[in-house]
Amino acid sequence: MTDKCTACAESQEKINQLKTIVDNYKDTEGSLIQVLHEAQELYGYLPLEVQREISTLMNIPLAEIYGVVSFYTQFSINPKGRFKVNVCMGTACYVKGANEVLDKFRTRLSIDVGECTEDRRFSLDACRCIGACGLAPVVTINDDVYGKLTPDDVDAIIDKYEEL
Amino acid sequence: MIKSIADIAAIREKKHADMMIRTDKNAQPTADGGRMHVMVCGGTGCTSSSSMKIIDNLEELIRINRLQDEIKVIKTGCFGLCAEGPIMMIYPDHIMYTTVQPEDVKEIFESHILNNKPVKRLLAGDKNAEEITNALDNVDFFSKQMRVALRNCGAINPECIDEYIARDGYLALQKVLTEMDPEDVIDTVKASQIRGRGGAGFPTGTKWSFAAAQQVAQKYVCCNADEGDPGAFMDRSVLEGDPHSVIEAMAIAGYAIGANQGYVYVRAEYPIAVERLSIAIEQAKEYGLLGKDILGTGFDFNLEIRLGAGAFVCGEETALMTSVEGKRGEPRPRPPFPAVKGLFGQPTILNNVETYANIPMIILKGAEWFSGIGTEKSKGTKVFAVGGKINNTGLVEIPMGTTLREIIYDIGGGIPNGKKFKAAQTGGPSGGCIPASELDTPIDYESLIALGSMMGSGGLIVMDEDTCMVDLARFFLEFTVDESCGKCPPCRIGTKRMLEIVTRITEGKGTMEDLDKLEELAESIKDAALCGLGQTAPNPVLSTMKYFRDEYIAHVVDKKCPAGVCKSMVKYIIDNDACKHCSICKKNCPVQCISGDKTTPFSIDQDKCVKCGLCMEKCPFKAILKNA
Repeated sequence: MTDKCTACAESQEKINQLKTIVDNYKDTEGSLIQVLHEAQELYGYLPLEVQREISTLMNIPLAEIYGVVSFYTQFSINPKGRFKVNVCMGTACYVKGANEVLDKFRTRLSIDVGECTEDRRFSLDACRCIGACGLAPVVTINDDVYGKLTPDDVDAIIDKYEEL
Repeated sequence: MIKSIADIAAIREKKHADMMIRTDKNAQPTADGGRMHVMVCGGTGCTSSSSMKIIDNLEELIRINRLQDEIKVIKTGCFGLCAEGPIMMIYPDHIMYTTVQPEDVKEIFESHILNNKPVKRLLAGDKNAEEITNALDNVDFFSKQMRVALRNCGAINPECIDEYIARDGYLALQKVLTEMDPEDVIDTVKASQIRGRGGAGFPTGTKWSFAAAQQVAQKYVCCNADEGDPGAFMDRSVLEGDPHSVIEAMAIAGYAIGANQGYVYVRAEYPIAVERLSIAIEQAKEYGLLGKDILGTGFDFNLEIRLGAGAFVCGEETALMTSVEGKRGEPRPRPPFPAVKGLFGQPTILNNVETYANIPMIILKGAEWFSGIGTEKSKGTKVFAVGGKINNTGLVEIPMGTTLREIIYDIGGGIPNGKKFKAAQTGGPSGGCIPASELDTPIDYESLIALGSMMGSGGLIVMDEDTCMVDLARFFLEFTVDESCGKCPPCRIGTKRMLEIVTRITEGKGTMEDLDKLEELAESIKDAALCGLGQTAPNPVLSTMKYFRDEYIAHVVDKKCPAGVCKSMVKYIIDNDACKHCSICKKNCPVQCISGDKTTPFSIDQDKCVKCGLCMEKCPFKAILKNA
């Protein structure tokens, strides 16, 4: 019972934070995308409940919000892992073997692109060019950037995060 | 604190003196400027290879030795030579170090900074040269460039407005506001003949004059910093290394067309760029260079950042504006053009980052100076992001009309590992491939179109003989299919069908008829798609078919991938002469398709093989061959 109450309090706290976000933008025309960015920062992803809340707060139909969320690749309606592995699939990385690096992450984590490991530790995504082409092929894990990778480097990198 | 024109001039004079040691070896150090400036690249590339740690280590050593007043460490923008990062430049000695590691800082500090003995092993260019010379003048990568848009990248601290002002920053805005009519500004931009650096190459001055002609109260100035073309990162580098140049140019554009509000639409994938631009906007506001009554001239201009959220189509102008409005970024038919009806239904001009970065220079140095650079129809310089199979990956800015050979071999340092140049891809998913036979074509807007490619935003990916052109076409189509917004059927359905056909070809299931179908589909999509992205989506296929048709035919007729990339056509076999029967391959094969033991020869069951290549990777005797 007490557990549930803590959860309730936490979720109420987050809703209050969400209200503040929406409030900050109330005078800015066309601010839905900015609000969604910050909401995703807050929740980690944008589940339907959060979208519904934003819909009420901003007085925008849920359908329109879902339309925007599903249009842009940066918004996710599924939870991500604690460590978000992003393999850059820009052209420079691709011609330098990003595909093989991605394959190695796939087999090592036993998940496909867009999925999350069962323990929610890792999620794997192939992303658009992050503009670090001088370091191709590039992988980012949360805010860390790894450049000039080969498939052989993958195990050591994952091991590092397994211990964190 | 709001500054007057006189205040800004005073800041310029003082900071200029502090920074003199960066341009003049014999300059007298000033009390505030110190005697030595250590510039460390803080662009995305170098930051990823721990340049921040280098700065921390160096500042720590300087603090311990109480040299804060003498030695200044400055986080600067991109030098361009990203492959050799992190980069450090020391003034007034003009000595550049490349691939500096945090561990090297102590040596640089003790040997160079304290005892004036440069660390030879880290020097840019020739490490064994008798005399150490200025890398910017003597290393081909730098000396053959001409930096206009990138003029301040690597030269100033992008988070310090005073440094920008010291390099004649905001002087163009002052000139425009105090000496020129809006019409004069537009005439100057027109006379410079600058064309949009973002893709299509529309004349910037003409675009501005359309918006200026609209007699309405509310107009907008937008900046396209949604650099979606994979492999291009010049806009990111300008925002990271010289954000004030974009702010200044947008204010100039606002004055020229009569707009008081601007928006910069930046990709969310560029966090450092967003941060530096936000800092720059705050500083400009503080100095009264943005906001109300700029420099006491009565002109108001505000600037806001809008974040993208990952959609390639938002690089298209109408889609971008819809996205700024917070909606799904779908393009709409033109006319009406944005200059008539754009953001929030009002007249709007949209230019990309690199275009804006040129504007202050055009105002200060004059239209004639700018139009004196380049070719007949393409004036000025262009920044290319050179990447892929090339030694000096990075950003290069060259006059229009430079040949591909000069970019790839003189500046780019050629192809690594002695491989042969096969093609260069420009224009990203909207562009095409330029084969070796066209290496000597002078590059400008027209010549690239004639070759079946386009300038695009300036991504230039070099490919060697290991790249399969059919697979590359498939890669770009996959991108387009994924990024098609779905609004118009030619793009939504057409590119999908094209991808299916090309995929079939890469799997060895294509027919000659497929090649005709591809061309037919491509032409229809070009004619019928709604926006520029759809219309250009077939280009990668058409240009590879034009120059590398033999590779398509090899895939279709011989069922072979000459570059050995297309997996289903790759065959792994064991060279029995080289095989030592160690059975490592057998142990590692994930599908148990390798047979053999000490006495019987090893072989791979081709029907079961999944072509993972693990056996070849693991074989200690190089006895497994690919595609032989």
